Amino acid sequence: MARDATNREQFRPDDHEHEHFLLTSVVGSYPKPTWLNRADDLAADSDSAFDEDDLEEAHDDAARLITEEHERTGLDTVVDGEMRRNEMVEFFAERIDGYEFNGPVKVWGHNYFDKPSVVEEVEYDEPWLVDEFEFTDSVAERPVKVPITGPYTLANWAFDEHYGDSEALAYDLADLVNEEIEKLVEAGARYIQIDEPALATTPDDHAIVGGCLERIVDGVPDEVRVGVHVCYGDYSRIYPELNEFPVDEVDLELCNDDYEQIETFADGEFAPDLALGVVDAHAAEVESVAEIKENIRQGLKVVPPEKLTVSPDCGLKLLPREAAYQKTENLVTAAREVEAELDAGEIEVPVSTPPADD
Amino acid sequence: MTDRVATTLGLYPLPDWAKDELSNLKGHQKADLVDGSEGPEVRAAYERVREDLIDDQREAGLDRVVEGQGRWDDWLAHPLAVHEGVETGGIVRYYDNNNFYRDPRVVDELTPDGDVAAELDAATGLLNEGDSLQAVLPGPYTLAELATDEHYGDEADFLAAIAEFLAAEVEALPPHETLFLLDPSLVTDSPEDDANERVSDAVDTVAAATDADVVLQSYWGAHAEKTYAHLMDADFDAFGFDFVAGDRDAHLYNVTEFGTKDDVSLGLVDGQNTAVESPETVAERIDWVTEQVPSQTFDTVYATPNTELAYLPVSTYREKLSVLADGVDLAPETEVSA
Repeated sequence: MARDATNREQFRPDDHEHEHFLLTSVVGSYPKPTWLNRADDLAADSDSAFDEDDLEEAHDDAARLITEEHERTGLDTVVDGEMRRNEMVEFFAERIDGYEFNGPVKVWGHNYFDKPSVVEEVEYDEPWLVDEFEFTDSVAERPVKVPITGPYTLANWAFDEHYGDSEALAYDLADLVNEEIEKLVEAGARYIQIDEPALATTPDDHAIVGGCLERIVDGVPDEVRVGVHVCYGDYSRIYPELNEFPVDEVDLELCNDDYEQIETFADGEFAPDLALGVVDAHAAEVESVAEIKENIRQGLKVVPPEKLTVSPDCGLKLLPREAAYQKTENLVTAAREVEAELDAGEIEVPVSTPPADD
Repeated sequence: MTDRVATTLGLYPLPDWAKDELSNLKGHQKADLVDGSEGPEVRAAYERVREDLIDDQREAGLDRVVEGQGRWDDWLAHPLAVHEGVETGGIVRYYDNNNFYRDPRVVDELTPDGDVAAELDAATGLLNEGDSLQAVLPGPYTLAELATDEHYGDEADFLAAIAEFLAAEVEALPPHETLFLLDPSLVTDSPEDDANERVSDAVDTVAAATDADVVLQSYWGAHAEKTYAHLMDADFDAFGFDFVAGDRDAHLYNVTEFGTKDDVSLGLVDGQNTAVESPETVAERIDWVTEQVPSQTFDTVYATPNTELAYLPVSTYREKLSVLADGVDLAPETEVSA
């Protein structure tokens, strides 16, 4: 069952011009400035005078830069672009006791990650994201969203050499995520996104993801907005089951295949808020504002405007930075224009699909 | 006497140097993947990849040598993804894995294009005397399932066209000892009712295009009874069964109920986990399976990983090659009594 999603109002900017409010956000990752990659290389080079303190300063600079870049696009909620994170599983596996690394593996094309192996029981060691959040929050004018790789994905996108039961591993990890969120909320975080792309790989496990989410939100106050992000899958296999997830918002990649799957959700019963992917994260061509407005209207087939969040399909880190910026800015412009049209009564909701021969 | 053969299902991980070099040369986006018209630098890098992958097998002591398919960016959809009658669409998930390929949308006739033959010609040039080449292709049903048909308009016609296309590719191959047809979709998305007979015919079409031994290997599950029964009518030499992620009782049930081919291929080593099996485990598993089928003495038992190996880090992949070769050496050629 969805949580109380009215907590979205806290993200409406004071100077918001429209009656309607389509919350604009990002999934998380963003292209790193090229100098940051050089800094990472230098820090790894033992012959270099560039040390861990220098690297931390470089990370701070990059996080500030991208947070401010997000704010310039006009986004209602911002992220630091995950400047301190190398990869969505690796980053967390490095901080959780029980993982080890054996080398990079292919995800698709020439995109790889250092897929870790779980070799003993997982345990919480030190906070994963509190420093990252506190820094970003200190430089941001807008509310900060915190993406966290979900326990189901942390379990399934690792080689399991120890548990032999990915459900047990996922539940152990969910307890660790819950512990981390408690610390983040204490530090002031109000918008948490659990990234569970692995659910799309094994959609029949939606009940396990639901069980993980129950553990994750245990004790988390209602005013903290909790979303879950899923991407690149056959969504008919997780819907309507995802209506049972104890979250405020479900964020879905749908632009990549041109909304072929939108009808799956357009049954009038979609329970959580929908965070809709409206720009493709894996095509460098920038969608026009007009195109994105059409994409946003796809979301209005599923939920009314007060339940619609607008975001890119997925993290933008693989795009050229200019393309990532322009896509984000166009996304915000499109959302504001759609809000104005909604205010003026120019869009009838729910939007329905015209007959194919229309 | 049963001949025991240590081999793999191909599709190896790229050496780590090639991961870096090729990602710099090609890029990271959908449009940057292999399309059959690579430039000289990319081609040269893949030539060095091929040498490395063949060296790995030789060092491990495998009984068959595959080309390694370092170029197959789109996994088993590769033969279509590089075809001129195909447009690649959005990235889609590759089975229930954290892996993706570009949706191959077939928009024109699937004429033979010799892409795979060119790779195997190059591999042949790298073989030593006594090396036995093994070709690896997707099975027709799997290739059809991975693709989107926007040209043939009919499921049966499309499958037949894919089978004809694969058969033509096989005919163009240089001499090879064995052909593995990888057909995971046969068990993950079993053909329904009437389609089973067509699938069996499609396998027949491809298998008839070579004089080599043909292994039809499925993984991530076990065949539905009806599918298995129809496939028994097709003329190939061995079923390949996944004894790691598949249901071993279901395999043995099918073999007992419907019989099996004269040879058998056993997926015994986990292609998707870094936990490395011992050679003794491989030998024991070979013995265990053959003991479960007392009614038959196999001419050849292939010992393989259960899946492609591109899921693994390079260090683990190499260890697994050695484990297979050493495991087969531990299980000597013995008479399996009936």
